[in-house]
Amino acid sequence: MKSDIVLAGVGGQGILTVATILGAAALKQNLYLKQAEVHGMSQRGGDVQSNLRLSSEPIHSDLIPAQGADLIVSLEPMEALRYISSLKPDGWIITNTNPFVNIDNYPEMEKVMLELGTVKNVVAFDMDALAKEIHSPRSSNMILLGAASVFIDIDEKDIEAGISAFFGRKGEKIVESNINAFRIGREKAKSFC
Amino acid sequence: MKIKKLLLGDEAFALGAINAGLSGAYAYPGTPSTEIMEFVQSDPIAKERGVHSHWSSNEKTAMEEALGMSFCGKRTFTSMKHVGLNVAADPFVNSGMTGANGGLIVVAADDPSMHSSQNEQDSRFYADFAMLPALEPSNQQEAYEMARYGFELSEKFSIPVLLRFVTRLSHSRAVVECESEASEENTLSYPKNPKQWVLMPAMSKIRNRQLIKDQEGFVADSENSPFNKYIEGAEHRLGVIASGIAYNYLLETFNGNVPFPTVKVSQYPLPKKLIKRLYDSCDSILVLEEGQPFIELKLRGLLDEGKRIYGKLSGEVVRDGELSPDAVRATFLEIDPKLSGLQALPETKVSEAVVSRPPALCQGCGHRDVYGALNEVLEGYENAKVFGDIGCYTLGFLKPFNAIDTCVDMGASITMAKGAADAGQHPAVAIIGDSTFTHSGMTGLLDAINENSNITVIISDNLTTGMTGGQDSQGTGKIEDICLGLGASADHVRTIDSLPKNHADMVKLFKEEIDYNGLSVIVSRRECIQTARRKVK
Repeated sequence: MKSDIVLAGVGGQGILTVATILGAAALKQNLYLKQAEVHGMSQRGGDVQSNLRLSSEPIHSDLIPAQGADLIVSLEPMEALRYISSLKPDGWIITNTNPFVNIDNYPEMEKVMLELGTVKNVVAFDMDALAKEIHSPRSSNMILLGAASVFIDIDEKDIEAGISAFFGRKGEKIVESNINAFRIGREKAKSFC
Repeated sequence: MKIKKLLLGDEAFALGAINAGLSGAYAYPGTPSTEIMEFVQSDPIAKERGVHSHWSSNEKTAMEEALGMSFCGKRTFTSMKHVGLNVAADPFVNSGMTGANGGLIVVAADDPSMHSSQNEQDSRFYADFAMLPALEPSNQQEAYEMARYGFELSEKFSIPVLLRFVTRLSHSRAVVECESEASEENTLSYPKNPKQWVLMPAMSKIRNRQLIKDQEGFVADSENSPFNKYIEGAEHRLGVIASGIAYNYLLETFNGNVPFPTVKVSQYPLPKKLIKRLYDSCDSILVLEEGQPFIELKLRGLLDEGKRIYGKLSGEVVRDGELSPDAVRATFLEIDPKLSGLQALPETKVSEAVVSRPPALCQGCGHRDVYGALNEVLEGYENAKVFGDIGCYTLGFLKPFNAIDTCVDMGASITMAKGAADAGQHPAVAIIGDSTFTHSGMTGLLDAINENSNITVIISDNLTTGMTGGQDSQGTGKIEDICLGLGASADHVRTIDSLPKNHADMVKLFKEEIDYNGLSVIVSRRECIQTARRKVK
């Protein structure tokens, strides 16, 4: 098993939470793992990414080589495109389509969607809207995790256990709504395959 | 018993230190080193044992506090970002002269590519300069193991040891195999040679000779280090020296099977015998190292008349920014496309729909209100200059505020404003955060107070060390008292809450103090929105 994943988003969106939960699940399955994060200045509303590498064999580099990523998993459509040169020719992009506009020169959405359309394998939908629909507006990142999980060879039960552990101290209700979001994201992604 | 944990490089070192009998950690927050101390603060065993983990005012005080603990025979470390070692340079370099008693590790976390820093300085030069051994982990497991190893090395030679991190290792997680129990702490004991700790010329002269003599032992230890090794390869037209994290990129590039003889370096001084063996058996040498060309410079010497050496100075390895598997691949292709058997990747297009997304001050951040008011006031003056400092408020340089003219190092806002005022500049405004003020602003303020310099110092107090994620700030609740205690005039130490509703009052206050001919301090206060939110949760 080997999965190289670029996680992308804007500082504060919750992309590192996705990485942490996947990491815990991978540890449970005794996989090797490396996960490079960005801390510090860029976390203040700038672009953030994390390189997550999972493998049944030892991993050398903390960074994924160019054109080596199996997946780009993004909470923001333009941020997904930022790492397109990391993606393998047959890799998948899984992205939220709702733009996070905190800059004046954000490109036309049409242009962003057009470029996403040129990628061979894409799962793209409005995860923020779906999160609102299921009455847990802050769970877009769990919907994304669910969608991505379809393409990662880790038992979904272990990922759900990771979600429970992460949100555990916030109470049963929060855990449940996040697991629900995860499952809904997972089902939604299957319809793209 | 061994257990597996998922840890950042920073955390792996911290846990290794606790498990090796750490008695105290000393640090000032700084990316990418902050998580080392935070781990000690949250570790149950460290808490139970009462291992020291309170933040220090700056890296110099941290380094000296650690040196004091080492003097008493206990194991200790101090951790900081690379530029923090500049602040701690005086005690650091002199700690080579005093030596250590209890194991002392100085952790410096370098930030190549400047993700969150103002330069790319390479801390290995400091170890060399101070004539100290240094360790450079290549992965998280080594970061864990090098804590115990470093303490032992430090105690074996009675010398502080520098441990160099780089951002990619500090902030990358991996599964680390670690001991499930922590060793006992050292008991209190005093240095064998107490004279060595009094650095008066007569004693220092004796000690300097000893330190020079000890270098041989440091090199021999490096040559036998479990972290340095010679790995055979079939293709002798090229030999590779790879240090620290660069070794991983080398392995990644060749999928674990490097065709060239390789020396992995993770302990300094450089293992001369291993490198000589490589040099003698290969036609040319490639040096792969993260940061500045430290090994390459040593290897070339001034005249560089030996075999062909490839590296950052000759241009085959990218000179600025971080290394990566891509940079290492490009290096081998540049040297000789046929030699390594590597293929160039097909060209990829960069997306045209992507624009840069710079960081910004949070919505609801008091620094925003300070800049809003300050900009409005300064519009009324010709050539106003604002001297900035290091922290979240440095982002005031960017749109929409474009409010600061300089940002150099911790504390430079006040002192540069003073120098500018000495040159005739008016208005000369300094803007500094509370934590940066107690780190390195107080002494500069004393200079300005003593000369009643015509500057306006705005201390934008958010009650925390914000940029690094909200660590306790050493001046919280004492900022005005500190200014008054240093001798600032009570009439011109003024406080206001940085809130939108106070905008008109802030404008009025700023204008009054800028127009006052002399030194004034404005403490503009509002709790950091990030730490405030965390408390609500």
